[in-house]
Amino acid sequence: MPASRSDRLGGSPVPSGDRPSGFFRRVHRSVFRHSLQDTPRNRSLAVFMNFFLHFHPVKVRRRAIMFRQTFYLGGLTAATFLLLIASGMLLMLYYHPSVPRAYADMKDLAYVVPMGLFIRNFHRWAAHAMVALAFLHMLRVFYAGAYRPPREFNWVVGVNLLIGTLLLSYTGYLLPWDQLSYWGVMVGTNILKSVPVVGEKIQFLLLGGKSVGANALIRFYVLHCVFLPLVLTLGIGVHIWRIRKDGGLFLADEARVDGVGSPAGTMEDD
Amino acid sequence: MPGVDPKLVLDPAAVPGPDSVRITVVDEESAHPLLDTTGDEGLTTVPHLVMREIVAFCVLVGAIALLSYLVDAPLRDVANPSKTPNPAKAPWYFLGLQELLHYYPPIISGIVLPGLAVLALMVVPYFDINIHRPAFLSGAHFRRHLAAVWAVGIVLIVGFLVSSAAGPVWPLIGTTLFLLMVISVPLVAGRERGPGRWIATRSLPFWIFTWFVLSAVVLTVIGTFFRGPGWSFVMPWEGGFHV
Ligand code: HEM
Repeated sequence: MPASRSDRLGGSPVPSGDRPSGFFRRVHRSVFRHSLQDTPRNRSLAVFMNFFLHFHPVKVRRRAIMFRQTFYLGGLTAATFLLLIASGMLLMLYYHPSVPRAYADMKDLAYVVPMGLFIRNFHRWAAHAMVALAFLHMLRVFYAGAYRPPREFNWVVGVNLLIGTLLLSYTGYLLPWDQLSYWGVMVGTNILKSVPVVGEKIQFLLLGGKSVGANALIRFYVLHCVFLPLVLTLGIGVHIWRIRKDGGLFLADEARVDGVGSPAGTMEDD
Repeated sequence: MPGVDPKLVLDPAAVPGPDSVRITVVDEESAHPLLDTTGDEGLTTVPHLVMREIVAFCVLVGAIALLSYLVDAPLRDVANPSKTPNPAKAPWYFLGLQELLHYYPPIISGIVLPGLAVLALMVVPYFDINIHRPAFLSGAHFRRHLAAVWAVGIVLIVGFLVSSAAGPVWPLIGTTLFLLMVISVPLVAGRERGPGRWIATRSLPFWIFTWFVLSAVVLTVIGTFFRGPGWSFVMPWEGGFHV
């Protein structure tokens, strides 16, 4: 039976395609708005009736989803970001951003909290991975030629995401409050002082004082756990939305042997 | 489709069902649709893409979990403002900058140079240098262009030899020399086939970007593995290594 127009537009909670029988199917319907039957129509509905999938198009080009096209680097960067939010929330349950309590909490995570050391390790290595993956993703995008029009603005968004990723990682670096954190952040924030006229003011604003201390810890904590994650979440949203608006992933024109063909849809010389 | 004027076209080819219409957005400047023109086969996102995402995600979680099980995150003594470790290193992704700090004053190495690098990165796609045209080494002016590259390279090298109070900036001199050698391979190997051909068909942005990336990597590797007390040059096994 062909679907009516109203259920394609989501007007009817129970599409007339196949009748629900039984409680389970009714609940499934109420959530997913389509049956489990494997039909082309349901494959489409599975994407655009799903909040979590709707940033994908319903259909993608075969080459675009092959591993060798992107090495999934952008997707893996986004995945590490999600893992960092999950593991970071667990760490926040035990962590106090105060001196010297912060350091004691690291010891507690290692020796007292069940799985505490594992969670801390996971957050740490995922953070390093995210920096590395974002960098490698940038290399992939550049060498594929995908930075060129019409994707030039998304490249700029990407550069800002990379900077955001570095800042996120760097602000987290201070939080354990050990010798590594302290001097690692000292080295970096001292550079700010060298900026003419406003340098010392910027450094004071960032650290809440003239050098790294308890005030700096709480400022870095807020930046690390609230401000930067929010900014990055928004930025990644824009970035992924733009991929679709720019016509999907860039695929080199296979007719060109030199691998520097124009992006799909913007050939200049045809 | 030159000559097509409207900014919005109803594209009957993109219609998913008999009674719906999809609107195709047309890029005004090139009057080409931003939608697919590659003619590639389309696959449904569910399950083809989503399955791949799930598998990739599981591999990622497994890899990070395994690493976390095997290697513990570092934790040194509690922060002590009166006890400066030697060397005091930033996390690895900033050690390239810290390596530069060894050669130039902080305002240059910590603010101006990274600022310029970020700016260069952002404007790269807005300059139409050699983006759409044939690669600049594959045309008739091959030798003239290569000579220009060498001129720029030598200016850079001389600059890095004399500009720092701490002596020649070897990481950047080495990187520049290495790339000059690579880009000159077509002179001896010819441009018809093999590596010579591949090198000659790279665009100008390719070389600029590669110079930046390679410089950053070399600086970072030296800062991470080869710097010890007083930022002296040491081997990794002599204490240069630092996470
Ligand atoms: C937090 C960091 C980032 C995340 C989560 C992210 C995410 C993604 C994802 C999921 C894709 C889809 C294709 C793929 O996986 O390669 C993508 C594509 C893209 N990214 Fe990123 N990205 C990030 C950083 C960057 C950076 C640093 C750049 C460049 C400086 C960049 C520029 C682009 C461009 C131009 C595309 C389109 C590529 C194409 O059409 O083939 N992104 N990004």
